[in-house]
Amino acid sequence: MSLLVDDLKVYYRTLAGDVHALDGATFSLADGEIMGLAGESGCGKSTLGNSLIRFDARMRYVGGHVTIDGTELPVWDTDAMNAFRFKTVSIVPQYAMSALNPTRKIGDLIDDLLRAHGMNPKKERPELRRRLELVGLDPAVLGLFPMELSGGMKQRTVMVISTLLNPSVLIADEITSALDVSTQKAVGETLVGFRDRGFVTSLIVITHDLSILYQIADTILIMYAGHLAEKASNETIISSPRHPYTKALISSLPEVGIRYAEKRLTGIPGTPPGLLHPPAGCRFHDRCPLASAKCLEKPPFVEVDDGHFVACWEET
Amino acid sequence: MTSSGRVVEPPDLVSVLEPPVEPDAKHMSGFRETLHFALRNRKLVFGLSVTLAMLLLALIGPLIASHPPLEYGGKLSWAPTTKDGYWFGTTLLGQDVFSQFVTGLRLLFVVGALGGGIAAAIGMIVGFTAGYRGGLVDDILNMITNVVLVIPTFALLLVIAAYLQVRGIVTEAVFIGLTSWPWAARALRAQTFSLVSRDFVDMARMSGRGSRQIIFKEIAPNMSSYLFMMFILLFGGAVLIAATLDFIGLGPSGTISLGMMMQLSVQSAALQLHLWWWFVPPGLAIMVVVGSLYVMNVGLDEVFNPKLREL
Amino acid sequence: MPLLKIDNVSKVYKVGAFGGKELLAVRDVSFEVKPGEVTSLIGESGSGKSTIGKMILRLSPITRGTITLDGVDVSALKGRGLKAYYRTTQGVFQDPFSSYNPIFKADRVFNLIRSSYFSGMDTPTWQSKVAASLEAVALDPVQVLNKFPHQLSGGQLQRLLIARALLLDIEFLVADEIISMLDASTRIDVLNLLGELKERGLGIIFITHDLSLGNYISEKTVILRRGCIVEMGATEKVFGNPQHPYTKMLLASVPQLHSKWEELSPELQAQIAELAGGPEAQQQYAAADGKALPPEGETAELVEVETDHYVAAV
Repeated sequence: MSLLVDDLKVYYRTLAGDVHALDGATFSLADGEIMGLAGESGCGKSTLGNSLIRFDARMRYVGGHVTIDGTELPVWDTDAMNAFRFKTVSIVPQYAMSALNPTRKIGDLIDDLLRAHGMNPKKERPELRRRLELVGLDPAVLGLFPMELSGGMKQRTVMVISTLLNPSVLIADEITSALDVSTQKAVGETLVGFRDRGFVTSLIVITHDLSILYQIADTILIMYAGHLAEKASNETIISSPRHPYTKALISSLPEVGIRYAEKRLTGIPGTPPGLLHPPAGCRFHDRCPLASAKCLEKPPFVEVDDGHFVACWEET
Repeated sequence: MTSSGRVVEPPDLVSVLEPPVEPDAKHMSGFRETLHFALRNRKLVFGLSVTLAMLLLALIGPLIASHPPLEYGGKLSWAPTTKDGYWFGTTLLGQDVFSQFVTGLRLLFVVGALGGGIAAAIGMIVGFTAGYRGGLVDDILNMITNVVLVIPTFALLLVIAAYLQVRGIVTEAVFIGLTSWPWAARALRAQTFSLVSRDFVDMARMSGRGSRQIIFKEIAPNMSSYLFMMFILLFGGAVLIAATLDFIGLGPSGTISLGMMMQLSVQSAALQLHLWWWFVPPGLAIMVVVGSLYVMNVGLDEVFNPKLREL
Repeated sequence: MPLLKIDNVSKVYKVGAFGGKELLAVRDVSFEVKPGEVTSLIGESGSGKSTIGKMILRLSPITRGTITLDGVDVSALKGRGLKAYYRTTQGVFQDPFSSYNPIFKADRVFNLIRSSYFSGMDTPTWQSKVAASLEAVALDPVQVLNKFPHQLSGGQLQRLLIARALLLDIEFLVADEIISMLDASTRIDVLNLLGELKERGLGIIFITHDLSLGNYISEKTVILRRGCIVEMGATEKVFGNPQHPYTKMLLASVPQLHSKWEELSPELQAQIAELAGGPEAQQQYAAADGKALPPEGETAELVEVETDHYVAAV
């Protein structure tokens, strides 16, 4: 098992109280698995991804365990996690490509990063150059400033940096959202290439775009309002989902070929619940066509089929 | 627009992990939320209290002083305070230092408010117009700003002083206001630039609003905290400039200000004669007022800017 | 029947240290928008689609060419003429939270319209007008009136902006990436709303980078690249029978839910890789134009390949 997450709970501190952003996530990631983490805004996917590597000032660890390759990650302890960051678990943060310091060359940036982790930049250079070439970048980008690179090039540079030390788990947070369609494809394929070449063992790809996940992910985990809704292989999620939310989500996605005049798609009426005082039980029940009195009790996330997990009373 | 990745505004990274909108949460209105933080900020409370205390002293001081400020003839006191009502002692000419002190304090607030106010008004007009219009208007206003910035105000004042035999506090304040607005105009222009590109300005234009309405109804209110803080800085700046001008003898005629007190005390060799009660109170007062204003400003910055707050 | 005609419109930006160099953001673009139809402007970043939208809304001056509404040149309007133009054409933008002044309540956008265009109207009539508008966009007045923007969701805010535009009885609406910042489950509802408005006679210019959305909602499609039109015409024809290499490339790179990228032909794969910045393309990044773009200063003529289907000559 590469990654095991057991009942992870992370809340946000606010003046009005705690926001239950992530309320009990349990799943596992096998070696070599690319798992897509999808959901709409406020579902907790970014919280889950980021809590595996770094807690910011407002995140509060409430409970749960994270284990990588048998070792427990002390996610609640920022200093203790220093030993694991970048080497065991690494992240390509959201908007990373916009966060590159515009006044420094890419090469200098990378050298700083390596030194900060106790490595020798000169020793790592050859490997760095090799990897840049493998993703289709000319190693000369090391001498360029961020604004001289295109969005796709910046994104791929950031991805190379994040995987330089061959982490076990790489978390990619919305790395294709700000890119053009043609670049998305290149970046998505680069990500898969990392796994195929062994630069990373497993990947968690966080995005709201299910169609990209269908292309590059092995499994997809759908989240809703801080809870896990469904996890299955990409084919299953797209063609035979079982959770009512997943079903509604898939049927609201327009595809090239579907036209308004011929087939009217529908969204999901209502909005996700506020997480300051979350409702008891299943959080989707007020928008769910199958809701019943049983749904006031939180459904467990259980395996209904080989590798297919669902959290819904109707399906178990 | 230089590369083919879509240009995405890098948001503040703090809000990326922002918890979602809470539809049912009790929400404090913007003003009450600000007030909540304001009352808890130590710097703001401290700075404001000290400034208000000095203001109070300036308002009631002249009413309770025993002697008019410029009246000569009191018995010279060689002690910091006497029982005849000379609470801060006398000057070398027998004048009541306390009375002069509180009169000067009043003038300090007048010149700060008036001078700072004029500078703020001009700075706002120039800054907003340059920032909103851009193009040729911006270039011209920029040129004017730069010219005023590099005018040697001291030399100019000497020339003016040579022509105006009698100068009041209002003249001094107006002069300060007319020469200290450039940096405010620059800062406001920059702020306006950043707001003008926001979509709600386009929305206002598409609602048939003219430029002036947009500047004063859409943009300025968004900067209200910034404008407030800017006024405080201009106030403090005006006080310091006035004190400097007074100290070198270019103060208002017919009255006494804190800077003038210090000037006269130096001229009368008060330091050598150990008449410290003559020059220490005015100097200390200026320092205290301006210092507490700046401390208040730092506190206000924390109140208005949520990112600087600690939770 | 009102007609919005964009005729050989170009937009030039002056860039460089002293404004010496020119950047041609939009090059000789011509197309028409009819009421009761959705015309999609599809392109990647840098294609000029948003610039065209802003020019139609008179938020950005036109460098060359004309935009006419029923024969009246819109690009020259000022003052009262411009105000009257905004009664016929309005816009909604991408970021719902940026479109509202954060210190005021959200429904202030209605009050701005009222004071500009309906100042004589008495309050009860105005309120019923607002209620009718909100109903047309499926919003509950109780839930959205008297609230600050941050108390409402992105979907509600976008609908509120559409309601605002409807208050004016407009003929044309420019929708610039209006749903790209919304969640998937609310996107389709706002899109369906545009469909309803179209059926009621509104002419909509739908600007997007997402081909599936364009395909879903529009009658006419205009594909833009680096400021030029490469292909345009009826949506089924452009998507069903793409002629230009760029269009084919775009259609091939869109991630689909029922077919995989591996199933693409090798030539298309290579073309996509090159456009995304493969090794050779990188060296000439600044001039990475590929075979399909005409040299600077020239525009490719549009050739009619079938009725209502035009392609730029390669």
